Amino acid sequence: MIFENAAARVALVTGGNRGIGLATARRLQRAGHRVAITYRSEPPKECDGLIPVRCDVTEADSVDSAVAEIEAEIGPIGICVSNAGETRDGLAVRMSDDDFIDILDTNLTGGFRVARRVTRSMMRSRWGRIIFISSVSGIAGQAGQCNYAAAKAGLVGLARSLAKELASRSITVNVIAPGPIDTHMLGALDADRLDAIVRRVPLGRIGSPDELAAAVEFLASEDAGYVTGTVLPVDGGLSTG
Amino acid sequence: MEKATVSDDNFDRFRKCAADVLTVDEDAIVAEASFADDLDADSLDLVELVMALEDEFDVNVDEDELEGVTTVQTAYELITSKLG
Repeated sequence: MIFENAAARVALVTGGNRGIGLATARRLQRAGHRVAITYRSEPPKECDGLIPVRCDVTEADSVDSAVAEIEAEIGPIGICVSNAGETRDGLAVRMSDDDFIDILDTNLTGGFRVARRVTRSMMRSRWGRIIFISSVSGIAGQAGQCNYAAAKAGLVGLARSLAKELASRSITVNVIAPGPIDTHMLGALDADRLDAIVRRVPLGRIGSPDELAAAVEFLASEDAGYVTGTVLPVDGGLSTG
Repeated sequence: MEKATVSDDNFDRFRKCAADVLTVDEDAIVAEASFADDLDADSLDLVELVMALEDEFDVNVDEDELEGVTTVQTAYELITSKLG
């Protein structure tokens, strides 16, 4: 164990069935926590001790029942990683209202719904770690992703406000802004575009999901108790410009 | 409405709940006590208290109903007005 964990906590990772979410869930599990993961449609084939719960973050009722199920099964949630998200890329000039609003609903309002729900028990127990997975797109902007980038930038304002609201309860709220990470989202890009991205990354390569998960593990740890309202890029230096 | 008295069963539940959430002595939860001035409760404490009271009494309180609820008496009246 790298970072000190005084107690095994209950952790929730939304969108934890694949990519960054799954790597994060595994990492938190290795750190000794009991970890629930949510999925929207496809339950993961092999859970290996992770507890899968169906949850659609665009529905408050679905979030409520998923969290209630986790609380009943393994206890009140101490660590929440809000990771569920999706993209629907297109140039702004041709983008429909629905494509903008839906992406905001999943990536930004979805994060709010989850955070609002888990905050209740965190307030009671006077301890909590909320980590929003944002994106370098939200910091630097990304052509073709105005909806996604707006939502991911919105998470920063959400997190910093929550950080202030919940500080007196020793609940920290932080944002991680991943750059290009080796997941299905990146796999959807063609080779030329991927190449162009890698050339812009100072470290000259794509990051692994586990490298991202390591940053989450730190922010979720006891040791990170004095870190709140911050945005941590894990992007190989991409956001340095 | 009559002033809440210690013999009132509901008030006992209210007082236990409030003392627990606000981490104060049960004796401090008296009708005229102001949450902010006497019980040292901030806005987050009050939200927590409302959530705990909702659970304890199985009622729902809307945000706009909390306007003007600054003392134990007004909070207690709000909660009990919702009991069937």
